[in-house]
Amino acid sequence: MTKKDGLLGKAVSRRGVLKGGAAIATATAVTGFPTVWAQNLKDVTLNHVGMSYSVLPDIARQASQDLGFKIEMSVVDHPGLLNRLIQDPNSLDIADMEIWQSKIAVPQGVLQGVEIAKIKNWGDLTPLYTEGTFAGKPVSTQGDSPFEFIYRDSKDATAFASGKTDWANFLPGVYNADTLGIRPDLTGRPISSWADLIAPEFKGKAAIQNIPTNGIMDAMMAFEAAGQLTYGDKGNPTQDEIAATIAKLIELKRGGHFRALWNTFDESVTLMASGEVVIQSMWSPAVTAVQTQGVKCTYQPLKEGYRGWGNGLGLMAHLDGLKLEAAYEYLNWYNSGWVGGFIAKQGYYSANPKTAMAALSENERGFFYEGKAATADITSPTGEKTNSAGDVRDGGSYEERFSKVAVWNNLMDEAEFLYAKWNEFSGA
Amino acid sequence: MTPSSTNRSGWAAYLQVAPLTLVLICFFAVPVALVVIVSFFRYQMLVGIVPTFTVKNYVDLFTNPTTWTLYASTLKFTLIVLVVTFVLGFWIAYFLVFHIRNLVTAIGLFLVCTVPFWTSNIIRMISWRPVLGREGLINSALQNAGITSQPIDWLLYSDFSVVVAYVHLFTLFMIVPIFNSMARIDKALLEAAIDAGASRFGVIWEVVLPLSKTGIALGALFVVTLVMGDFFVVTVMSGGLSGSATSGIFNDLQFLNYPRAAANAVILLITVLLIAAGIFRLVDVRKELVR
Repeated sequence: MTKKDGLLGKAVSRRGVLKGGAAIATATAVTGFPTVWAQNLKDVTLNHVGMSYSVLPDIARQASQDLGFKIEMSVVDHPGLLNRLIQDPNSLDIADMEIWQSKIAVPQGVLQGVEIAKIKNWGDLTPLYTEGTFAGKPVSTQGDSPFEFIYRDSKDATAFASGKTDWANFLPGVYNADTLGIRPDLTGRPISSWADLIAPEFKGKAAIQNIPTNGIMDAMMAFEAAGQLTYGDKGNPTQDEIAATIAKLIELKRGGHFRALWNTFDESVTLMASGEVVIQSMWSPAVTAVQTQGVKCTYQPLKEGYRGWGNGLGLMAHLDGLKLEAAYEYLNWYNSGWVGGFIAKQGYYSANPKTAMAALSENERGFFYEGKAATADITSPTGEKTNSAGDVRDGGSYEERFSKVAVWNNLMDEAEFLYAKWNEFSGA
Repeated sequence: MTPSSTNRSGWAAYLQVAPLTLVLICFFAVPVALVVIVSFFRYQMLVGIVPTFTVKNYVDLFTNPTTWTLYASTLKFTLIVLVVTFVLGFWIAYFLVFHIRNLVTAIGLFLVCTVPFWTSNIIRMISWRPVLGREGLINSALQNAGITSQPIDWLLYSDFSVVVAYVHLFTLFMIVPIFNSMARIDKALLEAAIDAGASRFGVIWEVVLPLSKTGIALGALFVVTLVMGDFFVVTVMSGGLSGSATSGIFNDLQFLNYPRAAANAVILLITVLLIAAGIFRLVDVRKELVR
């Protein structure tokens, strides 16, 4: 308690200084000394807070270098970010949220609208976010699809807009379509369906993520694919559907089907790399991490489709003056390609495919976006080899992948019920 | 204690206890009071605390079978770990105190016991994985020696691996207080017992064990509080398959359900206090310590 107050106190005083600086800057700018403005911009520090997969120190380093002011990054977990957003909104400047997290942040009024006119290449962003379509077809709306939550009616609105407006709740960030990770050398047969996650032959060799909002989606995909349960809308299941799913999960757990329930990214990497598990819920960079250890690991496309998710960068409501200007500059930088190229090599996609593709080499562009075989080694962002020449990316091209998103990560209406039930599953 | 202190005026004594009292109020009484207060507040979905009085959190917990499962699992681990660490701790301390004649050697060996504690407990815990895993040291040794043809799965991500990690982490907390108690035992008592015809085992049972009970009680208290308050070891070593009372609290915090987490913490606190009271009933630690 005391510690938190201490930190908050510090943040407030720092901001106080910046506000003072902003006032001076505005005054000088009016009288026509833009250099002073630039000088002041140098003293700005923006705190970008989000989850481990998108909040990467390399991005902060490059941004600080390119922009001339400081970007600080702090990593939190999903509940940790909600915690910060609600309990201590002044302690961060840029919120790197998943779409479903904005469903809590926006009504709470902790974000201010992003003025679309100030985002230079908004028009190049994927229509998956901005129009709700992809490759000319409407995107699945099972779960929280990005288009449903991107717009608001005004800067200070606390509700989502029903159609396109001039204000966004967030700048589209990284996103991906998730599926199961497998060890093709150990599964003994080709894997083609979510049902394989619960196939009896993988008893004791399967794992599922212990993050209720995501884990339940993987479970529902599996039970539906296996024909064991049916759902009206997997993106918003009823209490009965959740209860039935958890009952099935508990049955599997008691029967020793799951080798582990993983909580963190590196746990999933260890489980797969050590061969403890041959099929499990996985995130794309975890697959890359296993591959860099020289272990065969496939991010297996499945016939029922992918579980999609997306992030966006929200501007906190307290930003104003110089700091807000800096924040817009940062958003524009984020959207300008470097991040997109970096993220692609990690296994995710930038919401701005045009600038991201421009930041990649022809070989990388072919491999990550166009579904072509690599013409030379493919390396991770940190330079380790992940794929050899001749390899084709699991799931094919960018377009092929995202046109098969079946369901989105979400905050369901019955989330509280889900959390209670999930506790039963993890305690069973 | 001393005669002069009783002659001092009242305020001086109050002044003397003031610093400790203040520290205890600020860092113990107030936080616990806050937890108790919050445990009666209402929870709003993913927003957190709403300050209206309710007993719903407690009702939820007591009527939820998961709570009972988690407490049963925690108590099971506590008992097993208590027994194993006691047996190990008692014999190691006995060996150090009564079998090593040279005091310097004894202290040297005692320090050796603390070597694992020079690393973080996360490292000590994680390093069991390559040993116990399906493709780990034990399994490859067994398979190479032709003893087993299939890897043994229950070595890792099981109750077994949880107990192994707890024992590894907490045995020292049993050794230290027992060592301390045993070191105070007058060796002449042991000789007298043998002269009076006691067997070697009789000496341990009739003399050493009763005289070490302060150390055993303190060690037990450490182990009980450490195991009851843990969720990390159990989560990591069971691969998320087992839970503990504290992991229930952690799960609630994941969804910002502070009120129910607080209620759970209060229940856990009361449980641990009851166990501590039980231990203190068996052994009057304060009387023994000033002995």
